[in-house]
Amino acid sequence: MPVNPELQGRAFPPVAPYLVGREKVREFARAVFATSPLSTDPDAAIAAGYPDVVAPPTFPVVVQEATLAQLLAEPDAGIDFSRVVHGDQRFTYSRPVVAGDELTATLAVTSIKTLGGNSMVTAESTMVDAAGEHVVTAISTLVVRGDDA
Amino acid sequence: MSGISVAVGDIVAEHTQHITRDSLVRYAGASGDFNPIHYRDDIAESVGLPGVLAHGMLTMGLAVQPVVDWLGTRGWVSDYQVRFTRPVVVDPAEGATLTIIAKVGAVDDAGLRIDLTVSFNDATVLGKAQVRVTLS
Repeated sequence: MPVNPELQGRAFPPVAPYLVGREKVREFARAVFATSPLSTDPDAAIAAGYPDVVAPPTFPVVVQEATLAQLLAEPDAGIDFSRVVHGDQRFTYSRPVVAGDELTATLAVTSIKTLGGNSMVTAESTMVDAAGEHVVTAISTLVVRGDDA
Repeated sequence: MSGISVAVGDIVAEHTQHITRDSLVRYAGASGDFNPIHYRDDIAESVGLPGVLAHGMLTMGLAVQPVVDWLGTRGWVSDYQVRFTRPVVVDPAEGATLTIIAKVGAVDDAGLRIDLTVSFNDATVLGKAQVRVTLS
């Protein structure tokens, strides 16, 4: 089944807020081989002017996960997860993510293209803090391989 | 100001990062991405892959760390993008070794663009890997 082109432009309801925890930031930092004390030592982060430890640049993927699950679960999407390959990824920030942030992510499908039997689905997850201010947008392009690919 | 004085073409960081299957399990737990192609050889083979692959997001995540370390408190990463162009196959015994070269791609009023070259077995695995740095 091909990806439903009518997904383009579809807006989704926000997912439940994600509370960024200090230990989660440390766990993620260790997993991506981050060595900056800003991500592990609250005193170092505070000395640098942050309220708590600073998440590594790709941390919002943890929050984005729930929005991509929404997309894959959409009954008419026609996206077979076993045929999905991650094509591109981008994070565009207004400010760094820090422990204590409560991030609410909202998914939008911004583009669907078909190329040589494959579909390219671009999904943007916009994340705002508890005050409603933009923090980061995570943009993924998923390549969905066609039946014969 | 930030105290950073660089020119286009300067290499600001070079780093070699060895990863193993343990790294993939750790990343799966930290990120919540439990796709079994990142830890089960039988499933990776059943979908036509040459072996267990590193998560693309692990490669993306570790590739920016030399830039983060170089920056310290002098600036922060305000935009980071990559294209996943080639898989990183992680051997169960030997692991895999990635090399990262971070070079200044542009300097302007807003900050810097750092371009990353990330290689595995002498071939690049990320395309258009660009880090936008906003200076403190």
